[in-house]
Amino acid sequence: VSDNQQTTNTVEEPLDLIRLSLDERIYVKMRNDRELRGRLHAYDQHLNMILGDVEETVTTIEIDEETYEEIYKSTKRNIPMLFVRGDGVVLVAPPLRVG
Amino acid sequence: MLFYSFFKSLVGKDVVVELKNDLREPLAPLRLGVNRPRVCLSCQYLNIKLTDISVTDPEKYPHMLSVKNCFIRGSVVRYVQLPADEVDTQLLQDAARKEALQQKQ
Repeated sequence: VSDNQQTTNTVEEPLDLIRLSLDERIYVKMRNDRELRGRLHAYDQHLNMILGDVEETVTTIEIDEETYEEIYKSTKRNIPMLFVRGDGVVLVAPPLRVG
Repeated sequence: MLFYSFFKSLVGKDVVVELKNDLREPLAPLRLGVNRPRVCLSCQYLNIKLTDISVTDPEKYPHMLSVKNCFIRGSVVRYVQLPADEVDTQLLQDAARKEALQQKQ
């Protein structure tokens, strides 16, 4: 029994919420209209992350030349294991349930 | 420290590094398919040295055709695609918990 070891069960700061999501699927919103959905395997204080079984969605807006309407297009791809650099991360959350 | 050690474990493995450039073409970023990535000593920067590289879309980036080795500043990396079977997820998760604990102290 070590007196030095601090129990890690308490949630004190926002990063602790991410710790609760280890080995769970999460949703990550990133800069440049990108989103990731994957299983969180590792993270650090910079929000660098390693995700497994990832689906990346990139959303672009095309403007129709004649009608000038905005057309939203999204491109998805799957990556089995991915390191994500933290400076691109905007938001981390449990996976969104689309109704 | 966690990801520095992790990248060190990837030395000699093939990865695909996707860079942040491409404000004009967000759907086709520069992707380097690589053999033998080597991590540089700057642990907090996560700079990467790649050897024997190939570009995934050489038509878009012909100027990289003759490049075989390169040094990549860590801050321009968006993703590193990893071989799934080379990654010990259980070890990673335990290491992440330890790292989070160390950060608090």
